[in-house]
Amino acid sequence: MITRERVLEVLDKCLRYSQADQAEVVVLGGDTYLTRYATNYIHQNTAESNAHVYVRTVFGKKVGLATTNALDDESLRATVRLSEDTARVQPDLADFVSLPGPEPGDEADVVAAGPAYAERTASFTADERAEAVGRITALSRREGFEAAGAFQTGVFMVGVANSLGVRRYAETTRASLTAIVMGPTGSGYADDLSVDAGAIDPERVAEVAVKKCRDSQDPVAVEPGEYEVVLEPAAVADMVTFLGYLGLGALAFQEGRSFASGNIGKPVTGEQFTLWDDGTDPAGLPFPFDFEGVRRRKVMLIEDGVVKNVVYDSYTAGREEGRTSTGHALPPDMRYGPLPLNMFVKTGDATLEEMIASTKRGLLVTRFHYTNPLHPVLTLITGMTRDGTFLIENGKVKGPVKNMRFTQGILPAFAAIEAISKEARLCDMFGLGAVSAPAMKISSFTFTGQTQF
Amino acid sequence: MRFEHDRWRELSSRALDYLRRKVDYADIRFVSRRGERVKVKNGTVEGVTTSSETGFGVRVLRDGAWGFASSSTPTLEEVLAVADRAVAIAKASGMVGGHGAELSPVEPVEDAWKSPYKEDPFEVKLEDKLEVLLEAEKLVRKGGGPSVRVAEAGTEARREEKSFASTEGSYIEQEITECGAGIAAYAVGTGDMQRRTYPNGDRQLSGCYGWEAVKEAKLADNAERVGREAAQLLEAEPCPSGVTDVILDSTQMVLQIHESCGHPTELDRVFGTEAGYAGTSFLTPDKLGKLRYGSEEVTLVADATVPHGLGTFKYDDEGVPGQRTVLVDKGLFVNYQTSRETAARLGQKSNGTMRADGWNRPPIIRMTNINLEPGDWTLDEMIKDTKDGVLMAVNRSWSIDDRRLNFQFGTEIGWEIKDGSLGRMVKNPNYTGITPEFWASCDAVGDKRHWKLWGTPNCGKGEPPQTAHVGHGSAPARFRRVRVGVGR
Repeated sequence: MITRERVLEVLDKCLRYSQADQAEVVVLGGDTYLTRYATNYIHQNTAESNAHVYVRTVFGKKVGLATTNALDDESLRATVRLSEDTARVQPDLADFVSLPGPEPGDEADVVAAGPAYAERTASFTADERAEAVGRITALSRREGFEAAGAFQTGVFMVGVANSLGVRRYAETTRASLTAIVMGPTGSGYADDLSVDAGAIDPERVAEVAVKKCRDSQDPVAVEPGEYEVVLEPAAVADMVTFLGYLGLGALAFQEGRSFASGNIGKPVTGEQFTLWDDGTDPAGLPFPFDFEGVRRRKVMLIEDGVVKNVVYDSYTAGREEGRTSTGHALPPDMRYGPLPLNMFVKTGDATLEEMIASTKRGLLVTRFHYTNPLHPVLTLITGMTRDGTFLIENGKVKGPVKNMRFTQGILPAFAAIEAISKEARLCDMFGLGAVSAPAMKISSFTFTGQTQF
Repeated sequence: MRFEHDRWRELSSRALDYLRRKVDYADIRFVSRRGERVKVKNGTVEGVTTSSETGFGVRVLRDGAWGFASSSTPTLEEVLAVADRAVAIAKASGMVGGHGAELSPVEPVEDAWKSPYKEDPFEVKLEDKLEVLLEAEKLVRKGGGPSVRVAEAGTEARREEKSFASTEGSYIEQEITECGAGIAAYAVGTGDMQRRTYPNGDRQLSGCYGWEAVKEAKLADNAERVGREAAQLLEAEPCPSGVTDVILDSTQMVLQIHESCGHPTELDRVFGTEAGYAGTSFLTPDKLGKLRYGSEEVTLVADATVPHGLGTFKYDDEGVPGQRTVLVDKGLFVNYQTSRETAARLGQKSNGTMRADGWNRPPIIRMTNINLEPGDWTLDEMIKDTKDGVLMAVNRSWSIDDRRLNFQFGTEIGWEIKDGSLGRMVKNPNYTGITPEFWASCDAVGDKRHWKLWGTPNCGKGEPPQTAHVGHGSAPARFRRVRVGVGR
């Protein structure tokens, strides 16, 4: 595992080696462990130790980037030189302004652990992961089912320094457990996500997934069409993830590829829907700064249905007069532009049971599968239901149904919210961030097809 | 790099000697990757990224349970520590009982192989690459006019050097060089955004080539058309909704093959080991040799030997020779893509499809080049023979259920077909179906002259996530009575 001292040494060395007008060094290190199981046994079990260095150099408005995972002096010098050589031969990046400068109080921010660090996760062993998996497979086997999923733990180190005086370091941990329990004709799903591996509850995950699986046996087919839906948090989080990815980053916004382009201050969903990003909230997976070393700021994205803001990094902020980075830069080699990675959906006052009780004829959806956009500006997406889809009739769950394909605009769905749950769950976002999502009842949701199971 | 390889061989030998007494089987792979990405956008250079990465991974099998550990520090001390970690992890795996993995036999081999290319993409000057890209990108904007808000051109090159050594006596070195390029136009209208690309969407041109392939692609010659079509799509009518015949260009057949044949014939998926993430497969072993997967026109192969494919190699990451396997023979489902472990469960030998995404991931079954064998139609004949239908080209969107049955795909562009002639351009074309019903409706496949091998450099599978570079060859093909224009 790379240490704090080593990360800071690499940052300082690379800056010293650089002769560019401006230089930025980012070190991303981590030790990750993953125990993967299926058909009630562990079939893959891995450990990885790695650290990448990204060197971004600037001559005037020419910007170069080079990366390596070799941290010896010779490789670091070569990487800095390569970044500079790459920058020198380029034409100007016309709207590049500057790397971000230090913010007041930065000096105090070189810390050993971020706000989302748990020593328990850092010391979690392969035996402990296997023991947790064993509890899930044992319950599953007792019911005559087969379980599959993964228990992942990791410690991650991020160091950022630039020639303007930014110098920051923090560590974070992450633990996640997933379970899909499969019976002869249906399956169930549950998961858990936390900074603290000790807080992961395999018993709850096993019980929820097994119950869902039991309830999902012998599904019947229902016709595609418009349905009322009650979406559990994992399904809502999937839609929110795509909303953020497609439209709430400044690059898509500035290029007219976002639903928010030209619509700031205008209603885009119903009034019940409020969404913000807050990379500092301990209820999520907080981290003190982004991959340019800029402090993460809370950004209201959609408030009472009105789109308020998108998120910025230093480059996209530099393209707008008076704008500053909101602390949402991604790692230097990712070309999506800034993205919200710590989103929270405002909770409501309903319970899942109340939403079901108020539904005359609708579908209860555990989660979606293989969602992808059809039209980014319209926020039109398609995907399948998976691991627990149920017909609701006259306020009661009548029974399982075969999985359905939906083709639905995200914004129109959030314009038709009838109820939002009091409770929210933290759900993974592309493995990079998290969404805190409640359950929702939506009055009209379009299912366009069905499958055979 | 000879020195580096000698060191890899020495460290591999020491690690395997160390592990022989502790485990039933072990292998160690060293991998070094070098990459370069260049992208220009709206008249400026958006980014030039050069990357390098080296590390090793140790995989052990002990009492039927697997362990894998990896590190980016290639010293003897670290190699032995990682070997110990892999053994400890295998012991932990054994805590949750399973079937007990066994490996089908493979002949030990010592060999070295390099993928061929003419012009080393890493020796081409950056200035020369930028000139090609900036010229093409400028022409995209010229062709598209003011509605094209974003014009892009990009090129990527990657070289992977790797060694494989096992306790069974294999030592294999391979070097694989890839290169590709593409251009894109994004036109923006009121509440609309349309994309057009050349030659093939997000996947661009990609294969085991050198820079010569980028020259042959003639980006500039196609740039104005790409810009113009993106702008025209804003004004085009949406693809009609209903049931009609579709002709899919090879640029869409890529994804149709990938999702509905490539993934469901991966035997690890069939045995459930991807169930926790991407799902399983409807092609269960009871259907092998019995299920009619498609019409007689449909023969699909997994071919790691076809030149220049992104899924082309001499040995997989278990040391099994790359080979050609018929998966679907004139419509009949006859074989899987297999590994040593999964093949053994069917009493077979591996057909060599295990690949790892770098040094820090264990190998899993990955597509090689999954190809639809050519038929005997020309595209013109197919169109003339179609009374009512839609021609769709270049994938834009994809989704399929977790057993690979219900799918829905969208493409960048379509054209109506009326009474044997191409008609108006339509936007947002998409279609949906059920895999065996859809392939059963295939009644025409284009001939060799229309057949093209495309690369898919973004195939995601596994946990931790692994991105594979795979290939798909196809000619255009026609499918009868397909549901199109979904979600309008």
